Amino acid sequence: MKNKKSLLKQSLATLALATLFSSSAFAGTLVINTDTSDPAPKKAFEDVIAGFEAENPDVQVTLNLFDHEGYKTSIRNFLTAEAPDLATWYAGNRMLPYVNAGLFESVDDVWEENGLNKSLASAAASMTIDGKKWGVPYTYYQWGVYYRKDLFAANDIAVPTNWAEFKAAGAKLTAAGITPITIGTKYLWTAAGVFDYLNMRTNGFDFHMALTKGEIAWTDERVVKTMNNWKELVDAGFFLENHAAYSWQEALAPMVQGKAAMYIMGNFAVAPLREAGLTKDQLGFFQFPEITPGIEMAEDAPTDTLHIPANAKNKVDAKKFLAYLARADVQTKMNETLGQLPINSASIAGDDEFLQAGFKMLSKTSQVAQFFDRDAPAEMAKAGMEGFQEFMVKPERLATILKRLEKVRNRVYK
Amino acid sequence: MRAFWKANQLKLAPWLFLAPGIFMFALYVILPVFQSLDISFYAWDGLGEKEYVGLDNYVELMDDEAFYTALQNNIIWLVLYMLAVPAGLFVALFLNQTVRGIRIYKSLFFFPFVISQVVVGLVFSWFYDPTNGLMNVLLNAIGFDSIAVLADERFVTYGIIVAGLWPQTAYCMILYLTGLNSVDPEQIEAGRLDNAKGWRMLWYIILPQLRPATFIAVVVTVIGALRSFDLISIMTSGGPWGSSRVLAYYMYEQAFSEYGFRMGYGAAIAVVLFLIMMVYIAGFLYKMYRDEKGH
Repeated sequence: MKNKKSLLKQSLATLALATLFSSSAFAGTLVINTDTSDPAPKKAFEDVIAGFEAENPDVQVTLNLFDHEGYKTSIRNFLTAEAPDLATWYAGNRMLPYVNAGLFESVDDVWEENGLNKSLASAAASMTIDGKKWGVPYTYYQWGVYYRKDLFAANDIAVPTNWAEFKAAGAKLTAAGITPITIGTKYLWTAAGVFDYLNMRTNGFDFHMALTKGEIAWTDERVVKTMNNWKELVDAGFFLENHAAYSWQEALAPMVQGKAAMYIMGNFAVAPLREAGLTKDQLGFFQFPEITPGIEMAEDAPTDTLHIPANAKNKVDAKKFLAYLARADVQTKMNETLGQLPINSASIAGDDEFLQAGFKMLSKTSQVAQFFDRDAPAEMAKAGMEGFQEFMVKPERLATILKRLEKVRNRVYK
Repeated sequence: MRAFWKANQLKLAPWLFLAPGIFMFALYVILPVFQSLDISFYAWDGLGEKEYVGLDNYVELMDDEAFYTALQNNIIWLVLYMLAVPAGLFVALFLNQTVRGIRIYKSLFFFPFVISQVVVGLVFSWFYDPTNGLMNVLLNAIGFDSIAVLADERFVTYGIIVAGLWPQTAYCMILYLTGLNSVDPEQIEAGRLDNAKGWRMLWYIILPQLRPATFIAVVVTVIGALRSFDLISIMTSGGPWGSSRVLAYYMYEQAFSEYGFRMGYGAAIAVVLFLIMMVYIAGFLYKMYRDEKGH
C-alpha cells in the first residue's frame, strides 16, 4: 500500500514537472500571437520572423495564428491566462481597456533607445496613453473614395474636390441609372467610415476627436450639421439600395458590374476589386472632397500594432523584436507584402499606384484618425454605428437617434 | 459501518448512483445561475476590478429601448414558433401511411432538423437576398417588387422565424410520428364503428392519444424559441439596427461580442431571460410531478 502511494506521488510530481516545462518558455523562445489569418498578412509576419531569427540565431520564435475575428475575444483570455511574449492589436482607444487593466507593458524604453519618437512620429499620438507608449505600430492604410474611372469618363464627370462637385457628380450618375456609392452596412462599420469623413470634413479633425472622446454632446448642432450633409446624400439616392442586407464584400459586386461608381473604403478593397477583374483604367482613387472650405483635410488611417503583454515571460527578446519591427527596411519589406503603408518615415511605400496615392495624401496631414470604432470606446462605437445604419435607411429619425446616442454617451464616459 | 450500510442500503444506494449527476448538474448548471445573479449586481468588463452597483443594471435595463425590442421579439418568437407543433402534426399525419418508399419521404422531411442551424441560416439568407435570392426572383416574376426581408425592421424577425420553423417542424413531425405508432388500432376501429371520420376522428380519437407527444413538442418548441440565437447571429447579427435581437442575443452582444464586455449588464439580461424560462420550466416540472403521482 505504501509503495503504491509513493509511486503515485512520484508520477504526480513528474506530471507537474512536465506541465511546468511545457508551459514555461525556454530562454530564447519568443511566442507571438497574431490575428494575421489572411494570406498576405500571414506571409508578411512569417517573413519578418524569418528575418529576425536570421539576425538573432539564439532566439527561437513561435508564431500562433488566430482567426481574425476570433482573435478579438481570444486576446482577453490569453492576456490574463497564458500570455504570449508579443501580441498584435490596434492603436487608439481600442487598446485602452488592456492598458487600464494592466495587461499591456509600457515600451517607452524601446521607443527611447531606438529613436522611434522620431521615425514613428506620425503614429506616436495614437500609441500614447497616460504619457506612455504601449506598443509599436508596423502598418497602416488609407481610407478614401475608390471609383470607376471609366464610368466617370463616360458620364463626363471630373474627380470632385468639393461638396458641390461631389453632389453634382452623384446627380449625373443617378441620372445615368448608376448608383453613386455602393455600401454594405450589414456589419455596421462601413457606415462609420462615411460618418468619419463627413464629420471630419464638416467640423474638422479636432471636433471629430473630441466627439469620439465623449467631450461633445451628440445632440450638438455641429453633429446635426454633419448628419444633414449626410441626409442630402441619402435623399438624393446616393447609396446602394438595401445596403443593410449586404456585407462590405457583397457590396463590391455592384461596383464591379458597373452598377455603382464609388466606394468609400479602406485600401484593402483594392485587392478584391482587382481580382474581380477591374483594370488599371477602370479603378481609381481620390481623397474625400472638401465640405467646409478651409478646414484641414484629415484622414482615416487605421494602424495595426504589436504589444508586449504584462504577463509575458521573455520580455528581453520581445523588446528586441519590437525594435527590429520598427526598423525602416523591415517595415518597407513587410508592407510590400501587406500591400499597405509603413509607419517608419524612412521606409519606402510600395510602388503600387494606390499605395503611392495614399502615401502622398497622408504625408500632407498630421491629422490622422484611427477609425470610428477604434477612436470611440467599444460601447459608444456600437451604438453609434447602429444609429448610422438606421439613419441611412430612416433619415427622418435623426432626432431620436441622436438623443439615443447622447444617452449612451452620458453612460459610457463617466 | 457495515451494519449501518445494511440498514440504510435501500435509502443510500439511489443517492450514490445519483451523486455524479447531481455533482455535475450543481457545478455546471445550478452554481452558474447564482454566479450570473451575483455578477448582475456589478459593473465589470471581464478584465479589471468589479464595481458593485446594486440594482443599477436592472434600472438601466428598464429604460433601455433595445431591451424592449428584444423582449417583444422574444414574445413574437414564442407565439409564432408554436406553429411548428400543428405543422409537424400535419406532416406526420400525411406521412403516416404505408406506401412504397415512405421511409425515404420521412427521412427527407426530417432532413432540415439534421443539418446545422448555421446552414439553415445561410440557406435562408440566400433565399431572402434582395438581388439574387430565390424569393425575390419569384416575386419579381409575378410582378411584385423585391423585399429585402433581412434589411427591413418590419419583416426581419418574421423572416428569421420562418427559417427557424423549417427545422422545428421536422422535429415536431418526428415526435408525432413516433406518437402515431403507439395509437391503439382497436380504438380507431371502435371509432369507425361509431361512424367517426375525418376531423372528428382526429379530434376525439387520435389527438387524445397523442397527448404525451404534444406535450413534449410544445416544451421543446418553447425552449427552442427562447434559445433562438444561432439563426439571428448568422442571418442578421441582430440587425438592422438591432431590430431582430432577442434577449439571448442581446445578452451575448452585451457580454461577449466585439463591442460588448459589459458582463454585469449581460448577466442582468440573462437573469431576466432565466425568469421567463422559469415560468415554463416550473410548469413543466409541475406537470411531470403530477403525472408521476398518477394524479
